[in-house]
Amino acid sequence: MVPLASCRKAGEPATFLREHRERKSEGTEPVRFMDRPAFGRLLAELARRGYAVIGPTLRGGAIVLDHVEGLEDLPRGLGSRHGPGVYSLLRRDDDRLFGQAPGPDSAKRFLFPPRERLATVSRPGGRLTVDRAADGEPPRYAFVGLRACDLQAVLIQDRVFLGGPYRDEPYEARRDGAFFLAANCTDPGQTCFCTSTGTGPWCRAGFDVAVTEIDGGMVAEVGTAEGREVLDAAGAREASPDEIAASDRAVRQAADRIDRRPDLRGIGEVLYRNAGNPVWDEIAERCLACGNCTAVCPTCFCHDVVDTASITGQEAERSREWASCFSEEFTHVAGGSPIRASGASRYRQWLTHKFASWRDQFGVPGCVGCGRCVTWCPAGIDILEVLAAIRARDGERDHDERHRTAVR
Amino acid sequence: MSAAIAMERLEPAPERPPADVGLPLRVATIRRVVPETPDTSTYWLTLADPAERARFRFEPGQFDMLTVPGVGESAISISSDPAHPERLAHTVRAVGRVTRALGALGSGDRIGLRGPFGRPWPMAEAEGGDLLIVAGGLGLAPVRPAIFRAMRARDRYRRVVVLIGARGPEHLLFGGEFDGWGQWMRDRELEVALSVDVPTDDWPYGVGVVTTLFDGARIEPQRTTALVCGPEIMMCFAAHDLVVRGMSPDRIHVCIERNMQCGVRLCGHCQLGPLFVCSDGPVFPFGEVVDHLEAGR
Amino acid sequence: MSGGGRPRLAVFKLASCDGCQLQLLDAEEALLDLAGAVDIVHFPEATSRSEAGPYDVTLIEGSVSTPSQLDEVREIRERSRFLVTMGACATSGGVQALRNWADAGELARAVYPSPELLRSLETSTAVSDHVRVDLELPGCPVDRGQLLGALAALLAGTVPRLSSAPVCAECKRRGYACVMVVRGEPCLGPVTRTGCGALCPAFGRACYGCFGPSRTPNVASLLDRFAVLGLTRDEAARKLRLITSWSPEFRAALREEVPAR
Repeated sequence: MVPLASCRKAGEPATFLREHRERKSEGTEPVRFMDRPAFGRLLAELARRGYAVIGPTLRGGAIVLDHVEGLEDLPRGLGSRHGPGVYSLLRRDDDRLFGQAPGPDSAKRFLFPPRERLATVSRPGGRLTVDRAADGEPPRYAFVGLRACDLQAVLIQDRVFLGGPYRDEPYEARRDGAFFLAANCTDPGQTCFCTSTGTGPWCRAGFDVAVTEIDGGMVAEVGTAEGREVLDAAGAREASPDEIAASDRAVRQAADRIDRRPDLRGIGEVLYRNAGNPVWDEIAERCLACGNCTAVCPTCFCHDVVDTASITGQEAERSREWASCFSEEFTHVAGGSPIRASGASRYRQWLTHKFASWRDQFGVPGCVGCGRCVTWCPAGIDILEVLAAIRARDGERDHDERHRTAVR
Repeated sequence: MSAAIAMERLEPAPERPPADVGLPLRVATIRRVVPETPDTSTYWLTLADPAERARFRFEPGQFDMLTVPGVGESAISISSDPAHPERLAHTVRAVGRVTRALGALGSGDRIGLRGPFGRPWPMAEAEGGDLLIVAGGLGLAPVRPAIFRAMRARDRYRRVVVLIGARGPEHLLFGGEFDGWGQWMRDRELEVALSVDVPTDDWPYGVGVVTTLFDGARIEPQRTTALVCGPEIMMCFAAHDLVVRGMSPDRIHVCIERNMQCGVRLCGHCQLGPLFVCSDGPVFPFGEVVDHLEAGR
Repeated sequence: MSGGGRPRLAVFKLASCDGCQLQLLDAEEALLDLAGAVDIVHFPEATSRSEAGPYDVTLIEGSVSTPSQLDEVREIRERSRFLVTMGACATSGGVQALRNWADAGELARAVYPSPELLRSLETSTAVSDHVRVDLELPGCPVDRGQLLGALAALLAGTVPRLSSAPVCAECKRRGYACVMVVRGEPCLGPVTRTGCGALCPAFGRACYGCFGPSRTPNVASLLDRFAVLGLTRDEAARKLRLITSWSPEFRAALREEVPAR
């Protein structure tokens, strides 16, 4: 009845996300090069500046993000293989540090942690007092090796948490203090499709330093003044034309290796008009509704607000924790039944949110093409296949939908 | 690639919006609990801090997040007169964890309050025309401030018609004050009609769902703004009925209920298509939400 | 809770291993707080005090496995205002409900020299199969935090928030790499209710479902996936036939796999 665009609130969200743009040729900032020892000095410099350095590291058979003390904590010479519901590491024939595609974790785990306390409430002498949770100074993270997709995901979460009419202070405090040493992607996974979402493999915005790993070291671009200081402190020299050419080639080859090229043209409108497509029911037969996809998604932001009390009832606290639109309780309304009771409606909500309503809410789609939801789906569901199926069967309606239309 | 790049850093927006995650959680004192129906009571609250109390304002249709410490928080519409924001009524049906815990509290107890939140009823937009207020069951609570507002600015509206439906006479909200309130409404030339699904022997008013009152309401679709509040199915039926009678879907306003955990469009629970019900609504022109409601989003 | 004084708490045990009661006894400081907040009037494991009731809150551990337990549970219900069952036995019949899948008499003859002395029901079942239960806390054993949280909520005059989401939700919050995706381990996490803190995946082990089914679990799809991982249908079904096999959801899924007994 009313075009969706008119559903936007007056007062557009403040813009945090810059336009994607090609790197400009003007300017005088030199590109740098770090050999392995220099890169080690850079990690030490970040720590010296008071950052908690977060980078890829091996745990539980996967590359996860965690605190790294130095070079020895980074995954040396490890590659990764990705498929629907399948992930494995493999030994490379070189000693690259960023030679794998991203594992299950993204910066989300740190900037929007899975569980955090928001407030404490106590009742001294029957009175009620409320305190903001005071867990000391917010952590200052330096992210090392975030790929372009994950950097873009941070910019998207900025829009969610900082770009609307209400800003999320706990997120903001961590975000403002963060340093990003991003890595242009040279080794995409088999489930990646960032070239189709326009979010990789090059890091285009939002970094302090962006490196490209080549034989013998890292070619580094400066993004900010602090990034330059850190590179200076690490003793990064100016890169040679050959090194720059090699780095460019490595990322271009990565882009060429990404062979998943979904047709995302107008996908938002396709999804909106196919709310009653039987594909949703077919997918729901396989979907475990376990929420793994939403947990590993670097942009998914939904959460529960949870209050707990001590046995005596004198102390209580409010926290929030990651939640998933796949759980039935997610849309539960007191005294009623869940709004999205069927697995099909919940799957549809997730995918439609990512590719359609997210764009209406925040100005960009919620997908950065990292492929995690495909890799980490225990049922092995491939969202690109689902999107393709919806497009191929555009306009098909299930029985209920036909019925609804008929009575309208 | 060149040997130089553009300096690029995402800067914070020059003006950031207010912070409102979980806080400020104000302390409110329960002054009075008025039982309305077997499972519903109205809680009269005052903010404990005198300065906050003096500052607090709300618009008809807005809601607060009420906290029972240690139990949780629940979105509850304000049901009192916006001309007196220093005392706030919240009419609560005890069906969830928080609302049941609220039921264990009484006068003098303290709870937490955040708010007010949400898009209100379009009271200004409706000025100059007729106001049709349609309430079903507990839906009378969120429109009650709109009725007060209309009564206090009676000359800004032409006809003001209030149609109230309930399951039975014992489920009619504000029954205790209804005679006085009803008389007050009639004194200010509000036209009021009541209907219940299951009448008692001595029930003098209408019988049937609230939409059965439409025929007698002499609705003039071109100059009417409708505020409809009740169970979703009732609102959809009422709105479709009004569309059939010639009203524009954009002048029929409904109040949508969804799971809300933050009230500030961050937790994601209340999404309806691209809309966050907590802050894009809960009041919406029917035309804005009908497709999403029917798509089951 | 009750009109005057502290609420009266009782703890009972049916067919079970005592592990759930131990969660309460081992609660240390919280147990002291609890003892201050409630009047523990019946808890044979902890105190010789035993009062007949009525009780404001009653905790029951264990399944209904014998005729006398059937009588007992009805009696307890009558004496209790708010009845809480705790643990896999009380909420689903427990590991001993495996006998429900076989001929109980035959099993008894195989195990006991004098099976005629046994007074046992054909099946081991959840308390809620026999009397109205106000709250069920799953787990083998029940999670201490969840148990204490539930009591705290009841003391505050409401019911606790017990998430019905699957184990995966908590597993991912805690940052454990999925054992099914990384190592091909058949894990029941996607169909099992959260509440344990994803204890097994924390140690790289697959979930074996001791908290019972999550809400509307898609068990059939998970068993299909187990087949893809190389399990036979029978091996896949056996994963469900352990601690909570007699929960309605797992039972229904197993009935699809195995012909009814």
